[in-house]
Amino acid sequence: MNGPQDLGGQMGHGPVHPELDEPLFHAQWEKKALALTLAMGACGAWTIDTSRHARETLPPAIYLTVGYYEIWLRALERLLVTHELVSEAELVTGRMLQPALPVKRVLKAAATPALLAAGSPCDRPCISPAAFQPGDRVRMLNDHVGTHTRLPRYIRGRVGEVVANNGSFVLPDTNAHGKGESPVWCYSIRFLANELWGAGADQASEVMVDCWEPYMTRALA
Amino acid sequence: MELRVKALETILTEKGYIDPAALDVIIETYEHRVGPRNGARVVAKAWSDPDYLTRLRQDATAAIAELGFSGRQGEHMRIVENRPDMHNLVVCTLCSCYPWSVLGLPPVWYKSAPYRAKAVIDPRGVLADFGLKLPADQTIRVWDSTAELRYLVIPQRPAGSDDLSEEALAALVTRDAMIGTGLALAPGTTS
Repeated sequence: MNGPQDLGGQMGHGPVHPELDEPLFHAQWEKKALALTLAMGACGAWTIDTSRHARETLPPAIYLTVGYYEIWLRALERLLVTHELVSEAELVTGRMLQPALPVKRVLKAAATPALLAAGSPCDRPCISPAAFQPGDRVRMLNDHVGTHTRLPRYIRGRVGEVVANNGSFVLPDTNAHGKGESPVWCYSIRFLANELWGAGADQASEVMVDCWEPYMTRALA
Repeated sequence: MELRVKALETILTEKGYIDPAALDVIIETYEHRVGPRNGARVVAKAWSDPDYLTRLRQDATAAIAELGFSGRQGEHMRIVENRPDMHNLVVCTLCSCYPWSVLGLPPVWYKSAPYRAKAVIDPRGVLADFGLKLPADQTIRVWDSTAELRYLVIPQRPAGSDDLSEEALAALVTRDAMIGTGLALAPGTTS
């Protein structure tokens, strides 16, 4: 979706401000926002793609002004309500008002180090052969969908070169919406600065973007 | 926010969806166990051991796991190597994708709008924000982490470091050097 998360190439956000001796967390609640997000993800009620979509559907004025852990926390609250694990009234009162729903698993402390060390690989076999090879020129689709996609606006409609086939992976566009993992080939595509940004761009720069096969068509010579 | 998060933790605990002790393990892991020293060890070994560098190029996930670093947000790793004619810079324009297993949790600026907006269109301007100026003819290749691949930059080995041990080399490798917003330190300097 064309949400506030799709920031590549936007102007007016000002310079980057690295912090000196930055702390890992800036408040105690940030630690809990991180841990609650990971622990609830382990329940299996939603996928990582669903949670990314929950974050990008926050109102733009909120998304662009709160810190990233607050984005996570607000998205977690929305996910809990939409999956009926927690009610709005419970969020308001801070107390359990209705019984819990069953979840696939509850992350226990003893199992946590192994889970974090294993992660959640999302490469999956793909039955169809790869449509593109390194060296092929491809044009990104220019479809503006309201659903989740990892095809950023700044490359839509643009032509790039396939540099590598990275293997086949879960497709976020379907997986975010409970429509299956639909694994397809994912390629590294190289875009020249002039193609993305025009004549005024820094011509000694280029952008590599990881794109799933359905995001592109063969470019006409 | 303290109260809001506390209330949520209470509800989720009462409902049995979470084990509060698991939260402590998660926090402890990312505060004390997983951080950029992991990545610095990978880089130092890549500089010192040509066979290891070959394995990193072929299968970075497996080669990094040899050192005991694996897991969440590091399931599918790639290395990208800086050269005199090519500097690599990593961003996630769409969210905050970052190689946790080797760098830990991302800094605030990495997740911020200015970095995510500017890195792809004006990478040299971003580097200037970090006080870094590269030769005009050194291409900057920006990696937008839109999928589940996670990128670790192998910075150029600094001059005068030929005689250093892996441990001493690792001390020259800053987190920013492994994102591409910095360079490895020269021997004798400290971060």
